[in-house]
Amino acid sequence: MSSPKSAYSTPTKKGKLDTHIFVVWVDNEAGVLARVVGLFSGRGYNIESLAVAEVDAAKNISRITIVTTGTPQVIDQIKLQLKKLVPVHKVADFKREDKKVIFKEMALLKIVAQKKKIEKCLKECKKFNPVILDKTSKSIVVQITALRREIDKMSKKLKPYGLTSTSRTGAIAMTRGADTFK
Amino acid sequence: MSKLYTGAEIVFKCLEDQDVEYIFGYPGGAVLPIYDELKNHSTIKHILVRHEQGAGHAAEGYARSSGKPGVVLVTSGPGATNVVTALTDAYMDSVPLVCISGQVPTHLIGTDAFQECDTTGITRPCTKHNWLVKDIKDLSKVMNEAFKVATTGRPGPVLIDIPKDIQFAKANYTKIKKEKKLNGKLKNKFSDKEIDQFINLLLKAKKPVVYTGGGVINSGPEASESLKEFVRLIGFPITSTLQGLGAFPGDDNQFIGMLGMHGTYEANNAMHDCDLLINIGARFDDRITGKIDEFSPKSKKVHIDIDPSSINKIIKVDLAIVGDVNEVIKSTIKKIKKKQNGLKDSNKQRISKWWEQIQKWRTKDSLGFINSDKEIKPQHAVKRLYELTKNQDTFITTEVGQHQMWAAQHYKFNKPNRWMTSGGLGTMGYGLPAAVGVQIAHPDKLVIDIAGEASVLMTMQEMSTAVQYNLPIKIFILNNQYMGMVRQWQELLHEKNYSESYSEALPDFVKLAEAYGCKGIKADNPDELDDKIKEMIDYKGPVIFDCHVDPNENCFPMIPSGKPHNQMILGPNDKDENKITGKGKSLV
Repeated sequence: MSSPKSAYSTPTKKGKLDTHIFVVWVDNEAGVLARVVGLFSGRGYNIESLAVAEVDAAKNISRITIVTTGTPQVIDQIKLQLKKLVPVHKVADFKREDKKVIFKEMALLKIVAQKKKIEKCLKECKKFNPVILDKTSKSIVVQITALRREIDKMSKKLKPYGLTSTSRTGAIAMTRGADTFK
Repeated sequence: MSKLYTGAEIVFKCLEDQDVEYIFGYPGGAVLPIYDELKNHSTIKHILVRHEQGAGHAAEGYARSSGKPGVVLVTSGPGATNVVTALTDAYMDSVPLVCISGQVPTHLIGTDAFQECDTTGITRPCTKHNWLVKDIKDLSKVMNEAFKVATTGRPGPVLIDIPKDIQFAKANYTKIKKEKKLNGKLKNKFSDKEIDQFINLLLKAKKPVVYTGGGVINSGPEASESLKEFVRLIGFPITSTLQGLGAFPGDDNQFIGMLGMHGTYEANNAMHDCDLLINIGARFDDRITGKIDEFSPKSKKVHIDIDPSSINKIIKVDLAIVGDVNEVIKSTIKKIKKKQNGLKDSNKQRISKWWEQIQKWRTKDSLGFINSDKEIKPQHAVKRLYELTKNQDTFITTEVGQHQMWAAQHYKFNKPNRWMTSGGLGTMGYGLPAAVGVQIAHPDKLVIDIAGEASVLMTMQEMSTAVQYNLPIKIFILNNQYMGMVRQWQELLHEKNYSESYSEALPDFVKLAEAYGCKGIKADNPDELDDKIKEMIDYKGPVIFDCHVDPNENCFPMIPSGKPHNQMILGPNDKDENKITGKGKSLV
């Protein structure tokens, strides 16, 4: 919207939005996550999901995986801005459609229902490496790993079978093959 | 075992290692151990300000005029929050500052203790990096890293938050040697191939323009020398952003004036019509580009900058060279000289038509104004100030608003580091404390704050600092009783509804000066202006000069919002403009 009384320029039309996954290697120190997340919120970038944990205790390195959307220009900026942060070592950026990269999310599903319904649920989950973590006569907690949209679909599908609670992680990513990201 | 030092001692040892001569600060409970240690370090002088924001701006003035990092020392809580404006200002304008703040003892952090605040949390988005030192063993390492982060790559502010118990705690101190590069954040990444591509573009251009920014200043005085050599070698017209003024001599014929919202007609039209745009150390700020979609539509664009994230942030460029400005220009000059001996002459021919066009634009005299013999016109005041001070090495700071733009338009800078103004953040109240810092760095030079009466009242208390240290700063107030730039926008954009932009009950600045113990001079007649300016310059001590100017004067030329560079509003001298005034207003 152009405002005739603004002394600022009017926004130009938005380009096409792409979904990208950023993997950021950082020093595991106090406030580092706030720096990364603050960069996103401060500059108006979007965070779809976030996963972070220490991956190298000896070198004190954490790996942050962020799913975000933006125009190619914004994606480029995110990468360059992340690289400027002092505790950031390296930044990798993949398109969601990238075939050379594996993306996975994990979900814990709690189903409270009769045995029959629970069995149906498990059958539905079969494709997504289900692991039964807890079982009672009335309930079950099952762990699945899948893509974001697959988990979305599953939660919808399992609602009628007694899905009462879902807990999900953000996406994590790994390149295929023997090469590692330098 | 080696000797143990307290945290406070380690702070000073690190400052000594960094050859710090001045600290700008204000004491308080949580930094008392550091203040207690001050007496034992005679090479470091503390400048006591009257408000922590003043300390920050003074350190900025010091840093920008000397090329050395400015050091600030404040207490916890309000001390730290007061300095946030100055840190943000330094962040936006890439000024190296190291701010040391006291913090409540570690065991009280998070308890809402007296004068506690989350300093590192608050300053995270307005510093390049910050540290909360929770272990005395980290202190010397953090102090040294802080100076490195502040001064390398694209400079900026950093903050070190030191809890009071850490200032008392003891540890070893080892002098840190020059160490490895920091996460690869400082290296020059440009290649020979890029320089070749750059030269190719230079050779093909028929309508080129060089657009320089604060990056040239930050690259050091040598970069300005290289820039001069480069621009004279290629013979191209050169324009500069607000922050870049002084990198290339303002009175040189190749200089076509400042560009942007209040830039010259020739500079903005050259930007719009050029076929090669060479950005050296500038960042395509919105006050420069105007409407992005129509920004310099026909040009190939080259961007030389040390900060990779500045490349393609706003304007897509055809060739990006990431590196230190001076290094890049030097490499380019070297290559040109080696390969293209006849470059200068062949270039001149190819771009002669372009220069003719620029001369045509120049005849518009876009900085012209209608002078008066009854009232002092603000532009006239700045011009007279320039004429009466250009024979000596003068340092100018400004506040923010119309007077700032008039200063940028009418004061010609011939050397870098002589012009200190808040460009990115646009902080009213910057100029007076900045002048304090500049005068500290250059005790024998003439330092003038070209001010507005509204801005200067925001940090007026620092006159007391100037008097305490006998700093002969001159506060040259263009007093129009309005927040002039606000009034101008209200006139042009809000149907002359001057909502709250008039300051009633302004102080008598002459009496105010006397109350602070300095000299006050008032001028309201063009006839007496020169003599009074001379009186100000000759006075050996701080002066507040109350220059009463025409309150209705507007700052022209101006690019209205959402317009490209070639659709400027010109001043009252321009006849075409008079015809389209009504329409022009509806455009903005």
